[in-house]
Amino acid sequence: MVTEAGSEGGITLSRLSKSYGAVPAVRSLDLAIAAGETVALLGPNGAGKTTTIDMMLGLTRPDRGTISVFGAPPAKAVQSGWVGGMLQTGSPLDHLRVRELVALTASYYPAPLGVDDVLRLTGADAFAGQWTNKLSGGQAQRVRFATALVGNPDLLVLDEPTAGIDVEGRRDFWHSMRDIAGQGKTVVFATHYLEEADAYADRIVLIARGQVIADGPATEIKARAASRTIRGTLPDGDTAVLRALPGVVAFERHGDSVILSCSDADMALKALLAAFPGIRDIEVRGGSLEEAFMELTADLVGTGADLTEATR
Amino acid sequence: MSSATHLRYEILRVLRNRVFYGVTLALPLALFFGVASGQRHATFNGTSFPLYFMTAMAVYGSMFAAVGPGARIGRDIAGGWTRQLRITPLRPRTDLAAKVVCAYLIVVPTLVLLYLAGASLGVRLAASQWLEMTGLILAGLVPFVILGFVLGYLLPVDAMTPALGGIVVLFSLFGGVYGFELAKSGPMFDVMKALPSYWLVQAGKSVLAGGGWPGQAWLVIAAWTVVLLPLARRAYQRSAARA
Repeated sequence: MVTEAGSEGGITLSRLSKSYGAVPAVRSLDLAIAAGETVALLGPNGAGKTTTIDMMLGLTRPDRGTISVFGAPPAKAVQSGWVGGMLQTGSPLDHLRVRELVALTASYYPAPLGVDDVLRLTGADAFAGQWTNKLSGGQAQRVRFATALVGNPDLLVLDEPTAGIDVEGRRDFWHSMRDIAGQGKTVVFATHYLEEADAYADRIVLIARGQVIADGPATEIKARAASRTIRGTLPDGDTAVLRALPGVVAFERHGDSVILSCSDADMALKALLAAFPGIRDIEVRGGSLEEAFMELTADLVGTGADLTEATR
Repeated sequence: MSSATHLRYEILRVLRNRVFYGVTLALPLALFFGVASGQRHATFNGTSFPLYFMTAMAVYGSMFAAVGPGARIGRDIAGGWTRQLRITPLRPRTDLAAKVVCAYLIVVPTLVLLYLAGASLGVRLAASQWLEMTGLILAGLVPFVILGFVLGYLLPVDAMTPALGGIVVLFSLFGGVYGFELAKSGPMFDVMKALPSYWLVQAGKSVLAGGGWPGQAWLVIAAWTVVLLPLARRAYQRSAARA
């Protein structure tokens, strides 16, 4: 008998903790994802994204805390066929062709999609007759995507789905992904590509050191950080006064130009105009998500977190 | 229908590995003819040498086949396939069962080929005796299947082939598979009689003498099974926790 996943349950992670020996990977993490949402888990390597995903998929047992996937524990949700996953490690199988691997995976699920449809959708139809252990990186990624999808799960969990894929491959992948997310599926993906999180997720959950440090729409994440800058020409402005303006967190001067980094650009601009009516060439720019990310994870610098990797 | 499709593809994977399949079947056969053809009229421990050595080589090939599912589990773990399976509705026990069926796909032809080879060198048994011997061998292989799983879950994939191969060779040596016995009495003989491989090799002789295995043989097979089963369970849990 096939049980339908509860449509309003969504996914709830409560006070989730997991350590490997003495090293905490996830620390009392709380997260609620509504059914139908596309959520990006964004963070540097070692932030706890994969551990969180492994616990969501029932692969890793949390030390503390609970997970509910459409109202059921992860193992139950997986057994019911509600979940499809794309793990970082590949799943090549000796002596099996691509089409056979996808058909085999489909056979595990109560109501799978058509194998040919999925091969076409993921672009794996071009090499469906190839042995699965003789694929290029990009081909293997399409196959892993096809196996995640073919069971027609309500929840798709993708752990760094485009890691190691070229720009064109990434664009193709997200193009297919959009079609699928549009069918009402819940999608959770981990990435350290900021532009992917920005472009493809309804919502970004920023994870660092095993905790959620920001959670909201991409625009809100940017606004939460000192992510807007005000530039202007001001030859004789007093540095101390500029630095002390409300909403300003950093100040730079290059010749006659001043650059103010702001946590609240609206407030800073009003104060700036009031204090220095002679300022010219004013320009206000929204920061990139990358800058927001740097700002929000700034306290990690010096703790060994790999920010260069995270923000490339 | 998931278990039927899974089994079908597992069988396909074994049959497509033609070199492995061919060598596994051919090696004991070649050893049998190489050694036994010169000694077709010799006797060994009160039976004809061809009967003894036919059983020994059938057991030798079967033991390698029996530890095979464990080795395949190890490779699936290393390749990430086990993790992938664990996030599908397929139950792990379905995968294990399919791999055991695959092992017997190698065991059964191994036995049949060796029986034919034995018959060609003059081994004559009644139909019921051939069947009884086959039954004893299939039962005696159970501890080896479980041993394969224990090591498959515990060992890194690089260590798998030498470890499993080495263990089968040790069991063969102490079980008298290679055409000689390390002892006929004393403590060494007691060690031999505590091994399932010893009784496997005796299957042909026991059937010919009538009455099948003595109680001690069944006790040894049962004891190895009972000891290895919880170890396999523990090894599985350890492996699953690591994944």
